[in-house]
Amino acid sequence: MTERNTHSVGIVKTLKLTFAENGDPLLLENSQKISPVTVAYETYGELSDTRDNAILIVHALSGDAHVAGYHSESDRKPGWWDIMVGPGKPVDTNRYFVICSNVLGGCQGTTGPSSNDSATRKPYGVRFPVVTIGDMVEVQKRLLDSLGINRLHSVMGGSMGGMQVLEWVMKYPDIPKSAIVIASCAALSAQAIAFDAVGRSAITSDPAWNAGDYYDTDSRIPGLAVARMLGHITYLSEAGMRDRFGRKLKESGDYAYEFRDEFEIETYLAYKGSSFLDRFDANTYLYVTKAMDYFDAGAKYGNGSLVEAFRNVKAKMFFVSFTSDWLFPSRQSVEMVRSAEQAGKRVSYLNIDTPYGHDSFLLPCDRLFSGVQSFLSHVDME
Amino acid sequence: MYKELHKQTTFAEIAEMIEPDSHVLDLGCGDGSLLDLLRTTRQVSGIGIDIDEEAVLASMERGLTAVSGDLDQALAHYADRMYDYVILSQTLQVVKRPDHVLEQIVRVGKQAIVSFPNFAYYKVRFGLLFGGHMPKSKILPYEWFDTPNIHLLTINDFKTFCKIRGIEIVKAVYLHGKMKKRRVNAFANILAEEALFVIRKT
Repeated sequence: MTERNTHSVGIVKTLKLTFAENGDPLLLENSQKISPVTVAYETYGELSDTRDNAILIVHALSGDAHVAGYHSESDRKPGWWDIMVGPGKPVDTNRYFVICSNVLGGCQGTTGPSSNDSATRKPYGVRFPVVTIGDMVEVQKRLLDSLGINRLHSVMGGSMGGMQVLEWVMKYPDIPKSAIVIASCAALSAQAIAFDAVGRSAITSDPAWNAGDYYDTDSRIPGLAVARMLGHITYLSEAGMRDRFGRKLKESGDYAYEFRDEFEIETYLAYKGSSFLDRFDANTYLYVTKAMDYFDAGAKYGNGSLVEAFRNVKAKMFFVSFTSDWLFPSRQSVEMVRSAEQAGKRVSYLNIDTPYGHDSFLLPCDRLFSGVQSFLSHVDME
Repeated sequence: MYKELHKQTTFAEIAEMIEPDSHVLDLGCGDGSLLDLLRTTRQVSGIGIDIDEEAVLASMERGLTAVSGDLDQALAHYADRMYDYVILSQTLQVVKRPDHVLEQIVRVGKQAIVSFPNFAYYKVRFGLLFGGHMPKSKILPYEWFDTPNIHLLTINDFKTFCKIRGIEIVKAVYLHGKMKKRRVNAFANILAEEALFVIRKT
């Protein structure tokens, strides 16, 4: 535990805030309303007296509010970005007050399809309104309001987190002083939407899904595991898989000539799929992937022009991509960087050469850490 | 050591060419030391571009704005005359298409500053003439098989190129010797180890 404490934020707790109660519902982009909304969040570090050292971290598809540290002494694994966030780490909790909340539509404490609908006292299921990246950001805005924070040192995130970062800097140009967008894009490619569609199909074609009403029986939907397996393929790369798994068999020896998992890559995917069922809700997978598919920063903030969408941005920006990421390819980061530059913004961009694909942003990577640390420490420099 | 000193002198020459408070794009920015110098001595705002990740990171560590990019492709999206100066210091000889890059920098910059090692420098000539090997010098330290310099040129080549392409040479500075002192213009194509040009599109 001592080792944990020196480089870790230590034992942390997920907090909850409920708003949009009685007669003050949250208005969504699709004009529907939700009431009430509970948001699960964690914070690390101390908010300064001038309230100007807050960094908002926004999570990806399967993330949650638990970015760093441990929930208990017996916790085996730390939060999902513990390598990035903590004392002396790139997002240094000795300097910054770090906030992360579970997204709207999520299943890790924030209101989503698995939450009880106050009208029926039963889980929403697919009666939950379709939410957008913009709606997620709106909930984060309400959380910051309640914490008394009206200026952010930075807002940062990878993948779907990067989309929320774009939404933040475009919708609320006066709040974030800086922003970091990692392995993300301004709008998903047709290929990425296609993968989302197959993932959703795996869920909705599973009889266990039962049109989204499965909460009073068994909430483990095997179709969600299939969606997750597919997802994991898109998060890795051919080279990364070759290095790590190759054609290795789980048990050395001959082929069994049976339909069971024999190759290590099969075992890996099966494990990732089934462990996902322990912590994730199938309906949330549908809602959150849909929110990603709909997101289009250029369409929403620039009448179809990403350059125009960047025009009002005031935050200093830093973009990062990974050369082997084929789900959110470097090309899409270059497009964001060039659009921002054409809009007259000064942005930094680092294209990191790595074989680990989209997953790279969650893995130890000194170049990513060094870029984030340098960028954050010079935000106030002219 | 020599390389450092050499760099510093060339950078000081470049700094002298730049008006204070201007907007600068530094292509092949390396560790950002030139932009850092220009920021301190000329109060410029600037962006560095480099294909090397470590260069981008080193520049960011100085608090500079830096972008990963391949110069052969990284310029087309910039608007005409978007920068007061585009700097191409010791980089022209490493790009795939110097002609395209030169056309771009005089489009994007109101002025462009280009420096390169002069391949007609007498020691380089002697190296080839008497040694019979690809010339090496302090400014051209590489072997033929590992050199990043894929388009070496002479001062006369550069002047001819500018003339044909309608690019005006606003200023030329020729450098030579240990301390990289300025030299007279006479016989520059033979005596100058390095050339520095300020150019613009007329």
